[in-house]
Amino acid sequence: MADEPLLRVEDLQKSFGGVAAVDGVSMEVERGEVHAVIGPNGAGKTTLISLLAGELRPDRGRMLFGGRDIARRPAHARARLGFARSFQITSVVPGMRVLDNVMLAVLARDGRSFRFWRPARNDPALIGPAEAALERVGLAGVAGERAGAVSHGEHRQLELAMTLAAEPELLLLDEPMAGMSADESRRMTGILEGLKGEKTMLLVEHDMDVVFALADRISVLVGGRIAASGAPEAVRADEAVRRAYLGDEAA
Amino acid sequence: MNRTVGWLLLAALAAGPPLALAAGQPFYVDILTRLVCLAAAATSLNLILGHGGMISFGHAAYIGIGAYAVGIPAYYEIYDGWLHILLAVAFSALFALATGAIALRTRGVYFIMITMAFAQMVFFAVVSIEEYGGDDGLVIDIRSEFPLIDLEDGLTLYYACFAVLLGTLYLVHRVARSRFGMVIEGAKGNERRMAALGFAFYRHRLAAYTLAGALCGLSGAMLGNFTNFISPEMMDWTRSGELIFMVVLGGTGALFGPLMGAAAFLLLEELLSGWTIYWQLPFGLLLILVVLFARGGLAGLLEGRRG
Repeated sequence: MADEPLLRVEDLQKSFGGVAAVDGVSMEVERGEVHAVIGPNGAGKTTLISLLAGELRPDRGRMLFGGRDIARRPAHARARLGFARSFQITSVVPGMRVLDNVMLAVLARDGRSFRFWRPARNDPALIGPAEAALERVGLAGVAGERAGAVSHGEHRQLELAMTLAAEPELLLLDEPMAGMSADESRRMTGILEGLKGEKTMLLVEHDMDVVFALADRISVLVGGRIAASGAPEAVRADEAVRRAYLGDEAA
Repeated sequence: MNRTVGWLLLAALAAGPPLALAAGQPFYVDILTRLVCLAAAATSLNLILGHGGMISFGHAAYIGIGAYAVGIPAYYEIYDGWLHILLAVAFSALFALATGAIALRTRGVYFIMITMAFAQMVFFAVVSIEEYGGDDGLVIDIRSEFPLIDLEDGLTLYYACFAVLLGTLYLVHRVARSRFGMVIEGAKGNERRMAALGFAFYRHRLAAYTLAGALCGLSGAMLGNFTNFISPEMMDWTRSGELIFMVVLGGTGALFGPLMGAAAFLLLEELLSGWTIYWQLPFGLLLILVVLFARGGLAGLLEGRRG
C-alpha cells in the first residue's frame, strides 16, 4: 500500500452542454507531496476541484482515494474520508464567530453532532483543536470576531484553519491566494510552507511564484486535459507548456 | 438588555394573573393564558426559523394537531391528560417527520410553499370530517384531567400553560447552544461550507423540524384546553403567518424574541382593532418597517443592533 498514491484519478470527464470542461484527466497525488494544478483561465481547474470534492458528478472516470473509488460519493461523505477543501471564493459561516467556524470543522471530524443538551461553545474537545488551528494560521487574535466582519486576507486564513482543523489526509486548496494583497499572499505562502511535508496538498493556483515556491509536482491543465506533469523545473522547461500557458502570461 | 427585558416579562407573567384576579379582572387571565400558549408555539418555531433558517409557513398545523389531540378523545369521553399530551406530541412529531422529510429537500420559497401546502392539507382534512364538527369545530366539554391539578380552574390552567412556556424556552435554549444547534446554525449560514466540512445536515434539520413540531403540538394541546373550543381555523395558514410574525417581530434566534413578539402582537391586535376594523393594515406596515429597519426585531433593538 505504501506505493499506492493517496489519490489516483483515471480518465475523468465532465461536460457542460456538450463542452468538455474536464476531458479525460488522469493524475496522481502521492502521500506527503504538494501537487499543484495550473492552467489558463477556462482550462477546467475549478471543475476539476469540484469533481474531486464531490460537488459535481463526473460523466466518466474513476477517483481512487486510498484505493477506494469515491467518484459517486457525495461531498460530505468524501469529507469524512479525509478530504478537506478550501474555496476559491471565501466560504465561511458569516454570522458565527471565527472560533465557531473552526469549531464546526472540529465537530465535523469528531462526528458526534447529535448531542442536544450540553453547551457546545465551552466544550474543550471542540475549543482546544479549534484554537490550535487558529494559532497555526495566525488568527488567534480575531477568534471572537464575527466571521463576516474580518478582512479578506483573514477570511482566507480562516478557510485554511477550518481545512486544517478537519485534520484531513488531503487538502484541496482552490486558489488560496485569490484576491490577496502581495503582503497577505506572502504570509499565506509562509503558512503553507510550514505545512509542507506534513500534509498532502492539491493546490490550484494562479500565482506562479506561489506555485513554484510550494509545489513538488506540477500538472498543467489546458483545455480540460493534462498537457504536462512533472517536477517544477521540468514543467518550466516544457515547450508545450510555455506555448500554452507560461508564454501567454509572459507576452 | 434583551435578556433582562425577557426575564422581567417572565416575572410579570408569573405574578400577573393572581394580581388580575385580586383586582377583579379575570379577563386579563384569559388574555395572558392565550399569550403564554402562543409564545410557547412561537418559541418552538424560533428553533427552526430563527436558529435553523427553515421558514416554515405551516407551523400552526401543530397547534391544530395538538388541540384535536385533546378534542377528539374528549369527544369519546376520554379525558386522561397524559394521554392527550402523548397523542399531541406523538402525532405532531410524526407529521413533522413525514412532511419535513419531503419539505427539507427543497429550499427558499419552495420550502415556504410546501410547508404551507402540508398544513393546508391537514386543515382541509379536518374540515371534511363531519364527525368532529368539520368547519364548525368541536366543543371540549371537559378539560384534560391530571392527577392533583384541576385545569377547570382558570389560574391552575394558566400556570400549566406557563410551565409549558418555561419548558419550551429552556429546551430551545439548550438545544440551540448544543453541538446539534451549532450544526443547524451553520447550515443556515452556509450550506455548501457545511457539506464540504462533512456534515450531512439534512438529518439535523429533520430532527430539529420534528422537535419543533412536537413542542408546538404540546402548546396546541394547552391552547385547545384553554379555548374549550377547537376548529380548523386554528391551523389556517394565516395562523402560521401570525406565528412567523411573532418570531420576526420579536427577533429571530433570540431566546426571548418570540415571547416579546407574541406579547407585542396581542397588544397591537388589541389596540389597533379597537381603533379600526382594518387593523391588519397598520399591522402589515409595522412588519415591513421591522423587516426593513430593525432586522433583529424587538430583541435586536434592545441590544442596540439593527441587523
